Amino acid sequence: MPTVRLGFSPAPAHVRTARLVAVAVARRAGVPEELLDEVRLAVGEACSRAVALHQLYHRKELVDVEMTDGPRFTVRVHDRGPAESRADALPDPVELVAHSEDIVTAEPFPAATVAVGMGLALLTGLVDDLEVTPSPDGTGTSVRMSWPIA
Amino acid sequence: MELSLQTGTVAGRTVLRVTGEIDVYTAPELRQRLLALIERGDGDGAPPPVRHLVIDLSKVEFLDSTGLGVLVGGLKRLRALGGTLVLVCAQARILKIFQITGLDGIFTIVPTEEAAVAAEPAAEDSTGDQSAPPATDR
Repeated sequence: MPTVRLGFSPAPAHVRTARLVAVAVARRAGVPEELLDEVRLAVGEACSRAVALHQLYHRKELVDVEMTDGPRFTVRVHDRGPAESRADALPDPVELVAHSEDIVTAEPFPAATVAVGMGLALLTGLVDDLEVTPSPDGTGTSVRMSWPIA
Repeated sequence: MELSLQTGTVAGRTVLRVTGEIDVYTAPELRQRLLALIERGDGDGAPPPVRHLVIDLSKVEFLDSTGLGVLVGGLKRLRALGGTLVLVCAQARILKIFQITGLDGIFTIVPTEEAAVAAEPAAEDSTGDQSAPPATDR
């Protein structure tokens, strides 16, 4: 049973709100102060990824964020992207940069997919306990992350 | 505090000073400003187009992967045009993001604006590259 549950329409403007709420709930739950930056960045990345997937696949549903206290502080971010958006392999950002030449010559700045890949790479580098799984109901993915409580 | 962008100069070099949060919401604004600098010129739209740019991230409170994507795009664009990009950042929390993603090996990152000029000493905007805007991509 989540302690706090937040649903937001899949627009970039709301990701900041999700970050602020997550940090406030994490602090209240007793996550050590030095880990709060990590919570802020990780929840932001997970929510940005969900927003990007919803926009890419024209899904209007809310992005769902669940925060749960317990032995650890756990955050789950659910998206409604289709099955093919599931991340089986986590890309290496340096590889992405190296191999995005064709994208870059055509379009001076990397495609959104590069940023989404980088987001996952950042998440894996940042969060010790991270899991990306298909949602139980069969639509979309769920990013689960947890942090210790002091 | 969201995002604020200001252009200035340090030792004749164009500096883009970024304040606030660079995230999925604000990154498009940063991208537009970078494109304008590279295609047209300084903050007032005055030519020549910038080829040797310093981006000062000292007052950035938050940077996510979308922001990293825009910075990478700017770097690649400038390099393709024979230019340079130097980032100014001394904040551990922001530097950590470059380290985690391995992008600290791709960007030149220095602690101060003065050090940025020293980091790419050969590059001078004042010499003006080609007079024409970059109509053809090499």
